[in-house]
Amino acid sequence: MDISPEKLADAYRLMKTIREFEERMRSEYQQGKLPGFIHIYRNQEAIAVAACLDMTNEDYIASTHRGHGHCIAKGCEIEAMLLELACKEDGLCNGKGGSMHIADMSKGMLGANAIVGGGPPIAAGAALTAKTLGNGAVSMAFIGDGASDQGTVAEALNLAVVLQLPMIFMYENNRYAEFTRNPKPDGRIAERAGAYGMPAEVVDGSDFYAMYDACQRAITRGREGGGPTAIEAICNRFYGHFEGDPQAYRDQDELKQERVDNDPLVRFLADERTASLTAEMTSSIDAAILAEIDRGFEVALAAADPTPDKLFTNVYIEYAGRLR
Amino acid sequence: MKMSIREAINQTLHEEMARDDRVVVMGEDVASDQGGVYGITEGLTQKYGVRRVIDTPITESAIVGAAGGAALTGLRPVAELMFVDFLGVCLDQILNQIAKFRYMFGGQARTPLVIRTMIGAGTGTGPQHSQILYPLLAAIPGIKVVYPAFPADAKGLLTTAIRDDDPVIFCEHKALYMDECEVPEGEYLIPFGQARTVVAGSDITIVAMSRMVVIAEQAAAQLKEKGISAEVIDLRTLSPLDEGAVLESLAKTGRLVVVDESNPYCSMASEIAGLAVERGFDTLDAPVRRVTAPHTPVPATPCLETEYVPNAAKVIAAVEETLAY
Ligand SMILES: Cc1ncc(C[n+]2csc(CCOP(=O)(O)OP(=O)(O)O)c2C)c(N)n1
Ligand SMILES: [Mg+2]
Repeated sequence: MDISPEKLADAYRLMKTIREFEERMRSEYQQGKLPGFIHIYRNQEAIAVAACLDMTNEDYIASTHRGHGHCIAKGCEIEAMLLELACKEDGLCNGKGGSMHIADMSKGMLGANAIVGGGPPIAAGAALTAKTLGNGAVSMAFIGDGASDQGTVAEALNLAVVLQLPMIFMYENNRYAEFTRNPKPDGRIAERAGAYGMPAEVVDGSDFYAMYDACQRAITRGREGGGPTAIEAICNRFYGHFEGDPQAYRDQDELKQERVDNDPLVRFLADERTASLTAEMTSSIDAAILAEIDRGFEVALAAADPTPDKLFTNVYIEYAGRLR
Repeated sequence: MKMSIREAINQTLHEEMARDDRVVVMGEDVASDQGGVYGITEGLTQKYGVRRVIDTPITESAIVGAAGGAALTGLRPVAELMFVDFLGVCLDQILNQIAKFRYMFGGQARTPLVIRTMIGAGTGTGPQHSQILYPLLAAIPGIKVVYPAFPADAKGLLTTAIRDDDPVIFCEHKALYMDECEVPEGEYLIPFGQARTVVAGSDITIVAMSRMVVIAEQAAAQLKEKGISAEVIDLRTLSPLDEGAVLESLAKTGRLVVVDESNPYCSMASEIAGLAVERGFDTLDAPVRRVTAPHTPVPATPCLETEYVPNAAKVIAAVEETLAY
């Protein structure tokens, strides 16, 4: 596999950032410092990072309700993200989006989504822009195993094939949708996508290298005009559906096993291909990550709330009517 | 017995499933042990089994459409559209299919369907999980729209909804789930199209719905201390609408404020104001005032969400302006 030591270090930094970010999010949320619902991405880090590692700000992603990891992997600034997740005036979306609607257009991050299955048609539209402009950009939709059942996803799959869009359907099969186990066998999701007429493969989503390899191929194919690709990444949801869900409905032994056996960071560090990344390097990366997250939380939690007049901004660009 | 809306709905589902085999409950996570995110369907699976308590994939078009098709052919489904915002995903099945079966099939069809759905702001969940949207639904001929503010009404109206042969959308405000009040034991039905006077008064009429009834009650209590006697009317059902109750109260007070959590344009508040002007014009002593959310989405940040939702202070200000006219 073709990956430079710098890129490897970057992959590590991003995966570790997501891990630390989410752990800190949980603890602050538990202390009541963050509003709304939050959905933690822990143990799915290898997917977002492998998916976005070869992307630039010109490439697009459409994310999901479980979107913090996608944001970080796509290069969103930690402090700006935290300001948004704390719903502050200076957040990426002026606090009007929060965790489930965070977006960063400057990074090609077209939004988390509180509507399950809302993202794929949007990502198809971004792929259409790229194709029409002929700029070689690609677009990726992240899709949960639960979301894979939505009609919007089926329609986007078909559209992407019909229009031969430079798009990647990145399924994250963590085998749960809320409190219900995914009744589809592993691989069924890829099979369905493949049936529309695109290459589709099942990949171990906790294996960074396997993910990166599949993503490289899919992205290259998209950039070269080869059309859409689907990847079903098998992974596991470490915590409950949203923060505060103790997931009592799960087989606790299986969960414990999954958490340990399929920790993508542990597997990444144990892999011989990661040898160029020394303990010294990781500990200095870790220190920088923790400092950045500390600083981000400090700034975000102390920052100003939006002033009341902000309720009325950005409904439109221009509007001749009355808003109140 | 004192109970919350959450418990009242749960109890009603139990009672109606016990009463009629054709009542089935379907939706995302409804069969799970905890009975969905808010525990509304708790215990149903254990009692009635997965034959009648049906977990579906995340696929609102198919959930609502299939519930409609099942209703058309002999079942009495209570389908859950988890948040009313997901109406966006399944609107065709409601708007073009279910609502029109009876009319376009020349009266052949019966569609005894209930769609339960969560509405409203107040939980910091932002633009796609906090909308009200009932004006959109009430505008559709062929659909009935119900939205209780109190546990007793929840029980009475849900029972009626399940036994009704037309499609009914039953709106549950998520900020009201835990409020408790006395609920009648045993079989309890409330006919559609009957508003309830929640607070009797003589100076001004405040018409409200769902969570806004509670806000209007708070406003009325504070107005009372100022020597103003406000009458609060809970519409309870939006379609059919109890026009008589509104006009009667207006005839008594001569002044009207409508409180509605939805966006202002084409809202229920507009409908009531139109009614007052069209059929209560002679009784009006002052212009009608509407207290609604602004023409904006619901922001995620709680500090702006608080600004967004009508509150007692805004209702009081509107009442005082109306009285000062
Ligand atoms: C249209 C729509 N239906 C239902 C929901 C409620 N909901 C939020 S997340 C979720 C489960 C999603 O499961 P999956 O796609 O597997 O993603 P995961 O949570 O596992 O990341 C559901 C049902 C929603 N937000 N939007
Ligand atoms: Mg899932």
